[in-house]
Amino acid sequence: MENSKQQKWRRFVRRNGHLAIMTLPGVLALFCFAYMPMFGAIIAFKSFNVEKGIWGSEWAGFDNFRYLFASSDAWRITYNTLYLNALFIVFGLIISVGLALLMNEIKNRWMNRFYQSALFFPYLLSWVVVGYIGFTLLSTDNGLVNKWLAYSGAEPIQWFAEPKYWPVILVLVNSWKIAGYYSIIYLAGMLGISNDFYEAARIDGASKWQQIRSITLPLLVPIITVMTLLQIGRIFYADFGLFYNVTRDTGLLYETTDVIDTYVFRMLRTVGDIGMASSAGFYQAIVGLLLVVLSNYVVRRIDKDNALF
Amino acid sequence: MELRKRSRLPAAQIMLHVILLIISLLCILPLIVVISASLSDEAALTQNGYSLIPTQFSLDAYQFLFRQPDQLLRSYGVTFLVTGIGTIASLLVTSLLAYPLSRKDFQLRRSLSMYILFTMLFSGGLVPSYMVVSRVFHLKDTIWSLILPYLVIAWFVFLMRTFFATIPDEIIESAKIDGVGEYRLYFQIIVPLSTPVLATIGLFCTLNYWNDWYLALLYIDDRNLIPLQYLLMNIMKNIEVINSSVNATTSIIPSDTVRMATATLAIGPIIFVYLFFQKFFVRGLTVGAVKG
Repeated sequence: MENSKQQKWRRFVRRNGHLAIMTLPGVLALFCFAYMPMFGAIIAFKSFNVEKGIWGSEWAGFDNFRYLFASSDAWRITYNTLYLNALFIVFGLIISVGLALLMNEIKNRWMNRFYQSALFFPYLLSWVVVGYIGFTLLSTDNGLVNKWLAYSGAEPIQWFAEPKYWPVILVLVNSWKIAGYYSIIYLAGMLGISNDFYEAARIDGASKWQQIRSITLPLLVPIITVMTLLQIGRIFYADFGLFYNVTRDTGLLYETTDVIDTYVFRMLRTVGDIGMASSAGFYQAIVGLLLVVLSNYVVRRIDKDNALF
Repeated sequence: MELRKRSRLPAAQIMLHVILLIISLLCILPLIVVISASLSDEAALTQNGYSLIPTQFSLDAYQFLFRQPDQLLRSYGVTFLVTGIGTIASLLVTSLLAYPLSRKDFQLRRSLSMYILFTMLFSGGLVPSYMVVSRVFHLKDTIWSLILPYLVIAWFVFLMRTFFATIPDEIIESAKIDGVGEYRLYFQIIVPLSTPVLATIGLFCTLNYWNDWYLALLYIDDRNLIPLQYLLMNIMKNIEVINSSVNATTSIIPSDTVRMATATLAIGPIIFVYLFFQKFFVRGLTVGAVKG
């Protein structure tokens, strides 16, 4: 009995040992920088004391959460995160599929390549640089937008003091930066569609528009579903770089631009309120998890092959 | 058929080209404004505002930067080092993790996939991550705090696994029959067959490290370890970070133009990297997108 167990183990090691060793560095890195913080998330239930550390600090139960949800901040950052991310997903999808459809019709290969490179270009820039670009456009005295406004006789606008414009600005900036990336993914999906379908449709006298509506788009649905599901699963996480750099972390704009991630960062590094920061972070992680599992479940019900897990 | 295709609606094609050209310009022009500002005269810029073409051409900003280039060169050095080490280490560790997951005979395949997938679904959040890096591993103000947190990214592992899975089993089988060990099989057969996906993920890793300011914002206080993007972020708030001679009573201190010149210098190298990787890019991205 003992012997056969040992034999089994030995056989297991012989078959998997080397491959398992290969994975070791990656497994360790994930353990240190992904799993250890997960265990550390219990800090949200503690009254953190620097000297005692995470494990030694006193338990605080749900106190941190009570403070968080008693403030008006919790509602504001949740609303802003969900609302802006929803806008990003919808506009990002429309624009990138639209661009992919346009590029798919371009016959000239060289030009097609040029368009792909140009549209992808903003994706290469860091959010810091995008913040610089935003500043050249929106700066009150020198900005290009205000120059154009003056040129057409309109009053200049203090962009960095007017929260009401920012949802639109953020949607534009975000689409500008990522639409090229997504459109290349969708274009790759379109290139994978067999030409026979279009050939047959043309013989039947289908117009270009009809071909797009009844061949290209339906066959693109799997990729669109997966990409959108990925984004919906992360709808509770905001792109910190966008919100921190493009708004230049301007307090006057928080009303419409403060999201969970910027709030957690500010509480941790500027205000130094570990309780608020960690409870908001934990709230984000839990709701985030529920949303991924839920959206995956929905996709599974519709089409099993497209589910993530 | 060929003839009909060619003669069909050239007007429509021209329309498409015009639309796409305009959109392409919209993607590139904003950066031209930054570059043009960096080549402008400070006084002219203050008076006329930003524009597509410098209203009064001047190299003052660049001269100013290179008069006392210590901080700039240092930040360049940090960024190059972090990007170099980070990209190579990340590619190696990620592919070594992804390859066994693509092997159907690897018995830990399912459990390891779950282990990696779970990091995509749940995260401890900023506060515990910050505590782990700064208090458990004491990486604050070290170069490792800029490299290690991005070493393995779950999504990249799955992109690579999907690619590796397309390599025919027969290649692996026959190598094993010839007595090739797992490590040699990986380095001498699998890696050379995987250039498209390695190039694509390599570009993403390079972008991640080159463009990072977030880890520096969290973990770097030491001026000697400030990477380029974080330097850029700081001089947006305070121009003195870049050049201590700012305090000197010179006639006019360029600030906006110097900011834009630094931004221009920070973008330069990444464009070359992109042009180099680009030919692999669409192919590599396609493979991963089919199924995550």
